[in-house]
Amino acid sequence: MTSDALLTNPLVQIRGLGASYGVVRALDDINLDIGDNEFFALLGPSGCGKTTLLRAMAGFESPTEGSITLGGEDLLAMPAHRRPVNMMFQSYALFPHLTVTKNISYGPSRAGVAADEISRRVAEVVEVVGLGGLENRRPSQLSGGQRQRVALARAIVNRPRLLLLDEPLSALDRNVRSQMQLELKRLQHEVGIAFVMVTHDQEEAMSMADRVAVMADGRVQQVAAPAHMYQKPANRFVAEFIGQSNLFEGSAVAGGLAIAGRVLPGHGAGRFLVVRPEAIRVGDAGVLAGTVLETQFTGGQSTIAVQPTEVATATGRPILLTQPGFSTLERGAEVRLSWDADTAVLVP
Amino acid sequence: MKRERLGWLWLPMVVCFGFLYIPIVALVVMSFNSGKSALNWKGFSFRWYPELFNDSDIGQALLNSLIVAVGTTVVSTVLGTMLAVGLVRYTRSTALDALVMSPAILPDLMLAIGLLAFFAAIGLPLGLGTVVLGHAAFGTAFVVAVVRARLVQLDQSLEEASRDLGAGWFTTFMRVTLPSIAPAVAAGALLSFTLSIDEFVIAFFTSGPTSPTLPIEIYSRVRFGVTPEINALATILLLISALAVIAVAVAVGRSPKIEAPETGASAKTEKTHDE
Repeated sequence: MTSDALLTNPLVQIRGLGASYGVVRALDDINLDIGDNEFFALLGPSGCGKTTLLRAMAGFESPTEGSITLGGEDLLAMPAHRRPVNMMFQSYALFPHLTVTKNISYGPSRAGVAADEISRRVAEVVEVVGLGGLENRRPSQLSGGQRQRVALARAIVNRPRLLLLDEPLSALDRNVRSQMQLELKRLQHEVGIAFVMVTHDQEEAMSMADRVAVMADGRVQQVAAPAHMYQKPANRFVAEFIGQSNLFEGSAVAGGLAIAGRVLPGHGAGRFLVVRPEAIRVGDAGVLAGTVLETQFTGGQSTIAVQPTEVATATGRPILLTQPGFSTLERGAEVRLSWDADTAVLVP
Repeated sequence: MKRERLGWLWLPMVVCFGFLYIPIVALVVMSFNSGKSALNWKGFSFRWYPELFNDSDIGQALLNSLIVAVGTTVVSTVLGTMLAVGLVRYTRSTALDALVMSPAILPDLMLAIGLLAFFAAIGLPLGLGTVVLGHAAFGTAFVVAVVRARLVQLDQSLEEASRDLGAGWFTTFMRVTLPSIAPAVAAGALLSFTLSIDEFVIAFFTSGPTSPTLPIEIYSRVRFGVTPEINALATILLLISALAVIAVAVAVGRSPKIEAPETGASAKTEKTHDE
């Protein structure tokens, strides 16, 4: 794990957090900082512990060791209903017997906010999330996107210091999802609340979050800004989980990775070399020879699969590379591939 | 979808309905018998209805039964609902589940003897109170069964959302859990009421000699021959319970339905159905 996980002046500090359920280690030595106004994503495959971590912050899981503080206060010492934290549930968990207005005012009512102040605040968030005209509907009378907005409004109306989002977009269909991605990001800037989002969708995490924590097997693998994580993955897992990658296994030498009697250019240390598809050039000269298996034109760019003839990839799959525009490469063409050492990175 | 025609199957259907309803029809018809026997039809008369209203023993027994049934309903609904919430939300024990159901499964006679022995052992004087306790023992089990079925379907994140929004466990129960399971609680209450009001065996063992419930009063008269007065009483009770069932059905039909948990997959299938 890199030192990017820790900030100088964090809102949330997670230190040495661990949780065990019987023999299952759900969380293992989690150390994270989340900044004020930050959009933070917990990314990982299912069962990696990301949801357990989120629920521990909300107060629905009891970690067996470690601490979580928010603004210096011990969060774990407070029951869920006293934490200055709100959560948006994956199922939205809207109260089916209450109208949109009543759903949204549920939190402020519990906090003992005066009635006129509640209606003012509810009107304000209804405006912010764009639910005008639907105030008296019940959840069953709303579309998926509208329900999501109600769930969001119900959480932010309490003005929490931290908003937790559990797979906020997974229940929406594709078109609504990309629209809501932009909208969530806009809202986060507008309301100035720190967001922590759990997702298994790396594109979603990369496009929305300021920083991303990749998790696997209950441990944080890497914490970094999306672009940094893409260029400098901390290990093989992150390299494969984030974006497309071509992976070679060998031994690190000066200037790259030694494999099958040659040196593939790269930098860093470790036994795996990660080469991103857009870093690879096709030409008459290059370190690797291969045969074009297939080219796919996908709008603005072409994706080309090349079967290497002398060196196999670590996964055994063909090498993928992308080129801007339409590719003239034909199936069966013999090509040579090259890339610069500073665009390829060695990882453990 | 077109329904298949019933065809000759109307015959077994009529036989089944006849089997269910002819005794009830006979009961109602005989309440208008002018003779003194509930078995031989002598002619049409309303005489047994005024006679029934002037029979203070029957009135007292009916009142006793209503007191017991209401008491049983209150006790078993409250206990049963709390027990169901506890079992579903706070334990994973199947042994406890089975244990809760045993008073409903146990033969009434054994439960009755057990209750009598228990009340005698702790020196509790027999009366309507002991009948309520006895009835509540199995009523609670039925309420648990009904309420638990609904709770299991209820999305647990609703309760978590309530806590997340600042509500303690009691507020969460009153404002989120209870409204969501209300139809099941009502159904459980109705069930325990109806089970209690016509229960005989346990009431026979645990009621005192001075406070018979209606089934016991009727039983004691049957030994001297049934008069159509009993039929008249049964007809009125039938009418009341039919109205009660209709009222509950209407009330449950109006309550908000539990939503199925929304997922991307189900949203998509809905869409394709629309097209």
